[in-house]
Amino acid sequence: MADHSHHVEIDKVTGTATTGHEWDGIKELNTPLPRWWIWTFYATIIWSIGYFIVYPAWPMVNGYTRGLFGYSSRAELDVDLAKLDQVRGEKMQALATASLEEIEKNPALLALARAKGKVVFGDNCAPCHGSGAAGGKGYPNLNDDDWLWGGTLEQIEKTIKFGARSGHDDGHMGNMLAFGKDGVLTKEQIVEVANYVRSLSGLSTRPGVDLAAGKQVFADNCVACHGDDAKGNQELGAPNLTDRIWLYGSDEATIIDTVTNGRAGVMPAWIGRLDPTTIKAMAVYVHSLGGGK
Amino acid sequence: MNKPLRATDLQPDDDGPLYTAQKKIYPQSVTGPFRRIKWILMAVCLGIYYFLPFVRWNRGLGAPDQAVLIDLANNRFYFFAIELWPQEIYYFTGLLIVAAIVLFLMNSLGGRVWCGYLCPQTVWTDLFYAVERFVEGDRRERMRKAGEGFKLQRAAELALKHSIWLMIAWWTGGAWVLYFADAPTLIKELVTFDAPMVAYIWIGILTFTTYTLAGFMREQVCVYMCPWPRIQAALTDEWALNVTYKYDRGEKRSSLKKAAQLRALGEPVGDCVDCNQCVAVCPTGIDIRNGPQLDCIQCGLCIDACDNVMKKIGRPTRLIGYDNDINIHRRMEGKPEIFKPIRARTVIYTVIIVAIGGAMLYKLANRTLLDVNVLHDRNPVAVRLSDGSVRNGYTVRFLNKRGFDRVVAIDVEGPPNAVIHVVGSDSITPDRPMIILGRDTTTELRVLVDSNSADDTPQSVPVTFHVTDIGLGEVASTKDVFVTP
Ligand code: SF4
Ligand code: SF4
Repeated sequence: MADHSHHVEIDKVTGTATTGHEWDGIKELNTPLPRWWIWTFYATIIWSIGYFIVYPAWPMVNGYTRGLFGYSSRAELDVDLAKLDQVRGEKMQALATASLEEIEKNPALLALARAKGKVVFGDNCAPCHGSGAAGGKGYPNLNDDDWLWGGTLEQIEKTIKFGARSGHDDGHMGNMLAFGKDGVLTKEQIVEVANYVRSLSGLSTRPGVDLAAGKQVFADNCVACHGDDAKGNQELGAPNLTDRIWLYGSDEATIIDTVTNGRAGVMPAWIGRLDPTTIKAMAVYVHSLGGGK
Repeated sequence: MNKPLRATDLQPDDDGPLYTAQKKIYPQSVTGPFRRIKWILMAVCLGIYYFLPFVRWNRGLGAPDQAVLIDLANNRFYFFAIELWPQEIYYFTGLLIVAAIVLFLMNSLGGRVWCGYLCPQTVWTDLFYAVERFVEGDRRERMRKAGEGFKLQRAAELALKHSIWLMIAWWTGGAWVLYFADAPTLIKELVTFDAPMVAYIWIGILTFTTYTLAGFMREQVCVYMCPWPRIQAALTDEWALNVTYKYDRGEKRSSLKKAAQLRALGEPVGDCVDCNQCVAVCPTGIDIRNGPQLDCIQCGLCIDACDNVMKKIGRPTRLIGYDNDINIHRRMEGKPEIFKPIRARTVIYTVIIVAIGGAMLYKLANRTLLDVNVLHDRNPVAVRLSDGSVRNGYTVRFLNKRGFDRVVAIDVEGPPNAVIHVVGSDSITPDRPMIILGRDTTTELRVLVDSNSADDTPQSVPVTFHVTDIGLGEVASTKDVFVTP
């Protein structure tokens, strides 16, 4: 058993005093830590008390101690965010005052507009046009060079602002009529005109279909919007039928469907939902995707 | 001597307590070749550390002219003619690996030599001891003064010692921050209190650590805090040369007089006269005669001390010297000593050092000052244009590591009839866009490549971007693919 009397027991092997504690025949030696270690511990304890007092630390029933300086990490974050806003504010000011062309000519502003535009595009436009603006059936690909309503910076900005068939007074108007449903053209005429427009962009046509008849149907019904040369009309959003880009698809069945039932896709107006600077940034971003005129 | 001696035989049964409260150490001054080497190395190391920031290096207009500068704000590292970019951080990795292996090599040749001669802790502690000795006197005097009570002269001495220490410590912290900014400018700012807060904080931290580590912690850092002794103990092999007490020659210890008597009688007697000089000079306060110890930093001062004694009593020097147990045993068996600096591990370490160092030098020598990286658009990967041709979009990053603006032309090679556009730049040469790269910067641009491939089948062909400096003719290239939907 350990010796609990007052005299200090010295361990024979090491010559060190023991603490008197013994367990399973093993005695604990009294080997204190170096002094400097102990003082370091004391210093940290004293430090922690000061810390408790100076900073918010102690939980209470309804709240916590606020500390001497009233420090709060949330307030610090607010300050940082305010600073960020200020920094951005100056750049955004430049973005707001520069014209679309000026933005695109200025590498720093272009980078800023593209960065901002990409984020806003992702939030607002990607559901229809896709995150990379590649579009889909009925949703134009904004990377290519074919534009229903025009691909200049101003035209793109206008389309974003007011939309197409959006109900906004300044929005683009113009529908593809439902020639079949409304009984204007017969099924046969529709097949003929469908094959005719396919031939315009160099696509194969169904054998036995009278392309001359289709051309006549086109001349009688379609030129008003798509033009004599079928190159379309951006005032009306009428697509160019001679190129390789087809919004709804270029196969015969799809074209027959288009002519029979008409098309009227809607692009919403963003003015009022997004501020003008944001719309500007988005126009520059879309223009710089590659298709812009 | 019938039974061969072993290092462990030297330790008496009762080796004293496992742990004793830290004893204050009063190393005595010593002269000799190892001390001289240490003074020289100290002067060289401290000289480099304290004055390197003031060395100038002309890099042309607008570039910093400090020979060694870590420019954190602009992410540049300057080392004389070398300017490193963050992309080239692998040079530092390589340097660290080489440094580690050099340490291993030193260790396999001479044990803990790094600790004894080059470690900053040793260098600064040595300097602080020199100050202490200068102000308070040598070992005996310091020990006597420590035992005395308070006296005015003593207080003045202590005040002087601590102020010199603090000045050295403060200069140490000050020199540190000078590596991170233009030194003369920063000094001016420091004096007028215009320097950034972080500079003052770092000076404060390093002043404090230098003062406490070199003035008070001293050998305790080497014994308790530093991980290297433990690592090096595992790395050392039996051939490594360590500061060794040659007990084959030293034992039995006896006084000079007694040794002479015993020798006259033809009794075996060692050369050690038990004068304790080796212990008195030891900065870690150990007795090397107890055999190799983790606490020994291999500074060689005990060698100098003992050699001085041996010279005085007319015995051969190097009773303590760089040696190993193998040779002790060989001598005891009457065989000649052997030294094997060329061993498997030293060869391997050298090969690694040469290989990595060589690779880094090669890379450095062939470093390009114009670079281009490219990233293909992922969504959409390819776009069909109205005329049927195909367009791919890329984000291209240009790196101009030269100290002046330059005009580069971008060419693309691979897809048939490739045409290249740079978004946001109206080039005067439409089919060969030219752009200006600012000096010492990266420029990121969106680049579109059109190809009127006659083939409509989905495919991907290799595409190479060439960036040509119009003035210098320097060319950088990078590869990617061109995809047809
Ligand atoms: S034993 Fe000798 S070599 Fe080792 S630390 Fe002491 S003086 Fe230096
Ligand atoms: S200095 Fe040399 S002689 Fe003196 S005690 Fe040390 S080993 Fe022995």
